[in-house]
Formats: sequence, structure tokens, C-alpha cells
Amino acid sequence: MKSALSQLSFARPRTLEEALTLLRDEPLVPIAGATDLYVGLNFGTLKAQRFLDITRLEELRGISVTGDRLVIGAGTTYTTIMHSASVRAHWPILADAASQVGGVQIQNRGTLGGNVANASPAGDTLPVLAVADAILQLRSAQSQRAVPFNSFYTGYRQTVLRPDELIVSIELPMVEGKQWFRKVGTRAAQAISKLVMAAVRTEAPRIALGSVAPTPLRLRRTEAALAGGSSIEDAIGVLQTEITPIDDLRSSEAYRRAVAGNLLRRFWAS
Amino acid sequence: MSVVGTSVARKDGIGKATGAAKYADDLSIPGMLFGRTVRSTIPCGRVKRIRYDFDTTGFTIVDRRDIPLDGRNVVALIEDDQPFLVERDVRHVAEPIVLLAHADREKLLAADVIIEYEVEPPVFDPEASTESLKTLTIDKGHLDAGFAQADVIVEGTYRTGHQEHVYIEPNGVIAVPEDGGIAIFGSIQCPFYVVKALKSLLGPKAHVRVVQTETGGGFGGKEEYPSMIAGHATLLALKAGLPVKIVYDRTEDMIATTKRHPSIVRHRTGVKRDGTLVAMDVEVILDGGAYITLSPVVLSRGCIHAAGPYRCDNVRIRGRAMLTNTPPNGAFRGFGAPQTIFAIEAHMDRIAEALGVDPVTIRERNALVPGDTTATGQRLTADCSALPVLREAVERTDFRRKREALRGTNRGIGLSLFYHGSGFTGSGELRLASKAALELTDHGVRILVSSTEIGQGTRTMHAQIVAETLGIPYEDVDVAQPDTTLVPDSGPTVASRTCMVVGRILQRCAEDLKRRLGDLTPAEYYRAHGPFTIVREHEPPGWIQWDDETYTGDAYATYAWGCDVVEVELDADTCEVRPLHLTAVQEVGKAIHPALARGQIEGGSAQGIGYAIVEHVAMRDGVMANASLTNYTIPTTLDTPAMDIVLLENPYEDGPFGAKGLGELPMDGPAPAVINALRHLGVDLSEIPATPERVMSACGSR
Ligand SMILES: Cc1cc2nc3c(=O)[nH]c(=O)nc-3n(C[C@H](O)[C@H](O)[C@H](O)COP(=O)(O)OP(=O)(O)OC[C@H]3O[C@@H](n4cnc5c(N)ncnc54)[C@H](O)[C@@H]3O)c2cc1C
Repeated sequence: MKSALSQLSFARPRTLEEALTLLRDEPLVPIAGATDLYVGLNFGTLKAQRFLDITRLEELRGISVTGDRLVIGAGTTYTTIMHSASVRAHWPILADAASQVGGVQIQNRGTLGGNVANASPAGDTLPVLAVADAILQLRSAQSQRAVPFNSFYTGYRQTVLRPDELIVSIELPMVEGKQWFRKVGTRAAQAISKLVMAAVRTEAPRIALGSVAPTPLRLRRTEAALAGGSSIEDAIGVLQTEITPIDDLRSSEAYRRAVAGNLLRRFWAS
Repeated sequence: MSVVGTSVARKDGIGKATGAAKYADDLSIPGMLFGRTVRSTIPCGRVKRIRYDFDTTGFTIVDRRDIPLDGRNVVALIEDDQPFLVERDVRHVAEPIVLLAHADREKLLAADVIIEYEVEPPVFDPEASTESLKTLTIDKGHLDAGFAQADVIVEGTYRTGHQEHVYIEPNGVIAVPEDGGIAIFGSIQCPFYVVKALKSLLGPKAHVRVVQTETGGGFGGKEEYPSMIAGHATLLALKAGLPVKIVYDRTEDMIATTKRHPSIVRHRTGVKRDGTLVAMDVEVILDGGAYITLSPVVLSRGCIHAAGPYRCDNVRIRGRAMLTNTPPNGAFRGFGAPQTIFAIEAHMDRIAEALGVDPVTIRERNALVPGDTTATGQRLTADCSALPVLREAVERTDFRRKREALRGTNRGIGLSLFYHGSGFTGSGELRLASKAALELTDHGVRILVSSTEIGQGTRTMHAQIVAETLGIPYEDVDVAQPDTTLVPDSGPTVASRTCMVVGRILQRCAEDLKRRLGDLTPAEYYRAHGPFTIVREHEPPGWIQWDDETYTGDAYATYAWGCDVVEVELDADTCEVRPLHLTAVQEVGKAIHPALARGQIEGGSAQGIGYAIVEHVAMRDGVMANASLTNYTIPTTLDTPAMDIVLLENPYEDGPFGAKGLGELPMDGPAPAVINALRHLGVDLSEIPATPERVMSACGSR
């Protein structure tokens, strides 16, 4: 543990209102499952010292179907998501993604809201939310706003979330068509993605990739090419112009490019 | 009564299962300070200036000038070349320069030490290095004459990377000033190595006591490094006059401590059309890192195993361990053999391919049988089991049929045949002159050895040997915690020697004791006659002849033998290699404790699978860049294949109940079997780990 734990403190509100008031008065860092935050504390990379425990907030938990939307509380864990009949019925690839996050312990603690707010381009659920055209409900003490998931990220680990806001829920409009998901990790479990892809085969196909750009990426031009009747090889050519993968500790640009193309081909043939 | 050959409850089981077992970091001693090591951030150069950019009140600060007058700034091992603290020259990143201690861990971590350097160009490529740490040559027959008989010559170059031990407990010790000297409590494989190193640091007359605390794995990674960390804790403790604890976190442990030596092995082999090996020319290059440490002996074992378990009259093996500006590489389960066995076993499949025969046939034709001689000229006797393990594995997996059946699918199957010498090389065991002792207690006997329990089952297996020999219940045998002032030097817990060698000494102790007890039980004898201790020294078999100059003779008292068959699946989209099934047939002389023996083989095979597929140390500018459990991936259970473990027993006459060494053997087989399974799939790879990125380049991305 590189961080000085004795210097840390946290508030433990019981209601969302209380939490939002605290956030309005002081910039506190929300803690949900702490599965990302704790890593930062361990390596000493997280400099924040004042935290807001949001695990007690009932308002952030639960899964429901409202009209044509699947609504998931930001504080819902992967374990709950992967076992939810509603998720399995409407967004089975979200259950797939949840079941491939980390291992059992991480699934028991880690939350969907944490994955979104953490803003890693490798977050496994993010391509699913991208193809779902999900909507994020954000709240502060003064306001509530609905932000499309696909405009939530503004750059590498940058989002439009304001310091006084919490993500309250994530809404996934239902969709027709076959859903497809593939995580390519560094190993079979407890793995960060080298590449992760979600797709929906509808009239206008939807395709998203993680770990190939500074943010999760919806491949609009590739989608358009396929919808317009391009050959799969041409579509792969378009895909290559949309992604900007890099060499890092986990993989290489060349590998990511090749696999992105292969996965698109696999999805299209499925 | 028979306790040998049954899977009795582990001596250390309950303590570990309940959490009662105390590891170094669990211990706290009144007044104890925490220690920290300030390390070099450059791979090569000189320290110019050290600045302490913090309030030093309450800190104990140690640098090279604090080495005691009677002592020397060298971690004594094979050669005296590695300092405890940098004198001036820096040879690798993470080299210890300054030590700090403080009662408050957070203050300790926050302290900022600024070191200025004069930087020099480093060498990272062992082939570009001009400084060798050790060279050796094994010569048998006449290479030219051999090649003259060959119908086909097959060449190949094989490469392996670093491997990190990832023992579950990082390195850690506590040093406590005691009797004008020091007592060390720590996570240690070889307590007497630490004594030797500290006597070099403090002077030969200093009081040094080393106690092994419960240890969470070692795999060789706690063979030499604990001497370094114990030296650091000692310097701080003596200066502060207080106990000092140093426990590394995972990142520091990965960055600073030893790894498996990367290797480059070149083979040039002459074969006759019928598959007979007639000439083997082998070049072995190891990346030793920045100091000699154990590289000479790792190179030695690697070279001795480099011709594989095969008969060939004309062999030349030239080895060299080269200096590079990276942290010293060191002991790791297998000790050079996994590297060279990988090369020869991958090469054998290429030879088979060149001749148009299958992998089994080429091995059957050349496998060593009793009466044959190895590359060093050792004549093998009845305990040679190369063919039996091969046949069992081939039959059990229906290898030939399966290989045909899988053709054209995305699955491949490969095998490897291997052996591993038990105990120290050549005259090493004679020189060690290891001792073990048994003492009577009021309810039985207590074993006194410096062999350490590091998860592999030392205490249990030793107690079984003693109980069986004495004819007393297993429960009546205690095992003393290794404390170098209380137990004799049984030699290091390395080289697959703890059962075969130390177990054998204990068996002799027990035989002597049994004669002495007559009709009495140990407890009865104790009550009648009081305390009694029996000490015996190892007596290596008289027939062992070894010449260190020419590298000829009986390299090992015996060998354990193995054949692994691995089936893999290749994902065409991602080039991920998934090991589906592993069959490990291993001949170990005698499994004293079958469950533990299987445990060793399962664990060693999993470690071998990791070495083959996922474990990649990314060295950037001489430092491990992926020093975390997130980015240095070892196999999880989901990455580990289903395993079929088969124990064969062909006794070694001088081992306890026929036992040979088995701890390292399972590490040797999986990597070449995986590479050969990939070759079966048409992937021509000669380097591990076989990461998807490498497999993709080998396939030529689609
Ligand atoms: C061993 C291990 C394995 C992992 N494996 C994976 C994996 O396979 N795939 C993957 O995608 N991730 C993985 N992760 C990362 C992590 O588990 C996920 O990102 C998880 O979803 C984070 O959720 P959390 O609730 O734990 O977030 P926390 O750590 O509590 O928070 C993460 C960030 O989100 C913010 N935050 C959390 N909730 C809210 C909210 N409601 N409103 C506003 N901000 C919020 C926090 O302030 C913080 O900045 C792994 C982590 C570990 C330690």
C-alpha cells in the first residue's frame, strides 16, 4: 500500500439527497465497489484523500424494465447483472460482459456505474453500452440530466461528469436483432482486455470496440459501410481507419488491428 | 504399518488452513522499525551524489559506509562480486544504494532521496555482451566424425524469456539485534546461505542466527535473494539498535529480485535416415544479469541437460552465461534445464519433420536405456526410465491416432520427453556434506534439519520417512522450525534434493536410532535414559566420479523422467492458445506422499504452461515494465488445462525407499509440448512464451 491511509477519510451518507448535498459542498471522490479505486491507492497513483461512500444508497441499486428501457442502477454489481432475468432477456451481452469481468470477487463488488465512471478504454461493459445507445442519468443537488453514453467520454479518461454529480442509473433501450460480444483478454480470467467488441445485427448494424482508442468507440463509418452493402473486407478496411490502437504492455497495435478485423468478420458471418 | 506411500495429513496443514501460521509480515516485535531500500533508477553508471530531501529526524539511514569494519560489502555466494549496497558503480536498475528505517511506515515511504548519476551505456543483449560470467564445454566423441555419418543435418535456434516466480508471499525478513550480533526471521529457502552471507557482511566472528518463518512459496526465488534483504535489515537494525522489518510489496519484489535466465540455444544435429542421432552440436547462451550470483551452476545444469534424454556418441555442448545490465537472474525451479530441454524437445520435432517420421518414433529410436551413456559420459543403470514414461504417455493418450484425427482441425497435440538430475551436480553433494539429526522427545522424536517447508511438503515427507523407518506413528514425529543455532546444516532446499538426499540422511539416522532403542519406543527410551540426539552426514554413493575440469562423469546420482502430452486449441481469430488437456507421466522413484507428489506435478505443470503461453516479462530499459499481478499474467485455474497425472516408480537404490527428486522435473516438460502441439497445427514457433501476438506473426496475420 503506497498511499498514506491515515490521511484518508470518507463520508457515509444514507440517502441520495444527502450524498448529493455533500458533493455540492465539497469535491469528494465517490466510492462504489472500490475495485478500481483501491488499485489506485495501492500503487499510490490516486492522490485524492476525501471520499464519499455511495454503497448504502438504495437509489443506486436494482434493475427494472420501464417502457422500452432496461434500467440499471449505477451501484448494481456484476453478479446481480449477470444473474438478472431482465438483463438476460433484453441485453444478454451485458450479462456476458459482466460474467467476464475479473473473477468472482470482483464481480461481487464491482459496479456498472464504476465501470462507466472509471472511464478506462478497456472497460468490458462499455462497448455494450455503446451499441445499446445507453443513456446515463446524472444527478447533482441542483439538477438532473440524461447524457447519451456515446457522448459521455471526451478524451482519454475524460468525461462530461461534473464533480458534484453522480451517475444514478444507466438505461438501455431495447433492440431487435442478434447481439454479439467478444472479450480478448490477457488470459481466461482476471484479465484486462486487449480488445473487446460488442455488436448488434439489425437493419443498421451497431458495432463498438474497446481498447482500440482513447475512449470506447462506436464504429459509425464501418456500420454505415455494412448497412450500405459493402463487402466485409471493405468494411474491415473502413474499420482500420476508425480505430487508433497503440502498443502497450498488454498487446501491440498490429495485433489489435488484425484481431479487430477478424472479430468483425466473425460477427458478420455469425 | 506403512506410512510411506500414503497421503497422511500435512504437518503444516492446519496452521495454514486456519491462519494460525505466522509469516514474516505477521510478526511484530516491540520497538520494531520498518525498513526501505532506495534503489538505482539507471541500468549502468556511477553514483555522483546522494541528497536527503526530507526531515531526517527519527530516521535511520544506512549507506555503503555503514558496512562494519570486520565485514565486507559482498553477498558471499559462489563468487564475491555482488555488493549489499552500491559502492559507486551501478550495474542494473533497482540496485540497492541507501537504506532507510522509521517507526512510521507512511513517513518512511514519503521520504525523498535524490540520487544523481553519471550514466553509461548499458548492455541488454546477452549476445552483444562481451563479459562472460562463466563458460563451459561438454565434449563427447568426435563431432566431425559424427556429422560425416549423417544423412540429414537439422539446425534450429530456440529462445526463452525471463520468468518471475510469483510465490504468493513476497520476500521479507525481520532483523533483531541479539548477543552483539543479529537474528534473522524470514521467508527463506536456505537459512545457512543467509548465515554465510551475513558472516561476510559482519565478519566471521559475528553472532548470526537465522530462523525460517512460515514461507509462502519459493520456487528458487528465495534461494539467494534473502541473503541480500537480510543483509539490509541487519545493517539498519544494528545501526538503530532496534528490530527492523523489511517486506517487499509485489512491485518491488518483481522489479528487484531474481528471475529465470532468458536463453538462446542453437542446435545443429546430424541424423541418419533411420532417425539415429549421430552428432549434436549445441550452443547455450544464458542472460546472467549484472552479477555472477548463481549463473555458473544454472549454466552447468542447463548444459548437462541440453542434449536431452537421448543417446548420441558425438556431442559438443558449449555454454556461456553473459553479463547484462539487468537485475541478476537466479535460481528458479529447474535451474537451467527448462530452457535447454525446451530447445532440444522443440528441435526433436523438427528433426522428426525433416525425416518424415512422427515425434514418438524419433524419440523411441534415441531415448536413453540402461547401459547407455549421457553427454557427460555417465553410464545409466536400471533406474533409467525414458522409454517407460514415453510408452505410457503415448499409450494413455492414444497419441498417434489422436494426432492423425486432429489433423485439419483447430486442435493440435504435442509431446515432450525429459529428465531431471536429482541433487547437486557431480561432486557437489560430497562437498556439501549435509547433516541431519533426530532427537528424542517425551512423546517420540523430533527432526532437526535446515531443509525448509516452502509449501512443497518437506516436514510431512521427512516425518513419514522417519516414522516408517522407526516403525512409530507419524503423529509421534515432530519437525523443528529451522533455526541455524539449533539444527545442523542439511544443505540448501534446492535441486530436488530434500527428499532424496536429506530424506536419506534422516532414514540413516532413524536406522541408527532404531538399533539403539532396542525394544523401547522413543518415549520410553527418553524416560529411561534422558535426551539423546543422533546426527548423520550424507554419504553419496561411492561410484560417483565427476571431473569439474572436463565436465565428464556422473553428473547426478540419479534422474527422474517425464513425458508430457499437451493438447491445445488455437483460436483462428485471436491466435490465443488454449491448453485443453495435459497428461504428465513422471517417474519419481517412489512417491513418499502421493498427494503431495501429484501436487508438485500439477503445480509444476501449471507453472510450465504459464512459461509456455502467458508469462512474459516485459523488460524496458533494463527494468521489468509489467511488474504487477495485473500485467505479468500467470495462469488462473481457467487457463490451466485438465490434467492427468501418472506416477511411475522405478526405485533409485540409494534414495529413501527408492525416492528420486521430483520437485523440478514437472517444470521441464510443458513448454516444449505446447510448442510441438502448435507445430502440429502448422505454427512454426521457436520462442516462448507463445503469446497470441507471437503466434500471429508466426502465422503471418491473415
Ligand atoms: C482484480 C481486478 C480485475 C478486474 N477486472 C476487470 C475486467 O475484467 N473488466 C473490467 O472492465 N474491469 C475490471 N476491473 C476494474 C473494475 O473492477 C471495474 O471497472 C468496476 O466496474 C469498477 O466498479 P467499482 O464499483 O468497483 O468502482 P470504484 O472503484 O468504486 O470506482 C471507480 C471510479 O468510478 C467512480 N464512481 C463509481 N461509481 C460512481 C457513480 N455512481 N457516480 C459517479 N462516479 C462513480 C469512482 O469515483 C471512481 O473514480 C478489475 C479490477 C480488479 C481489481
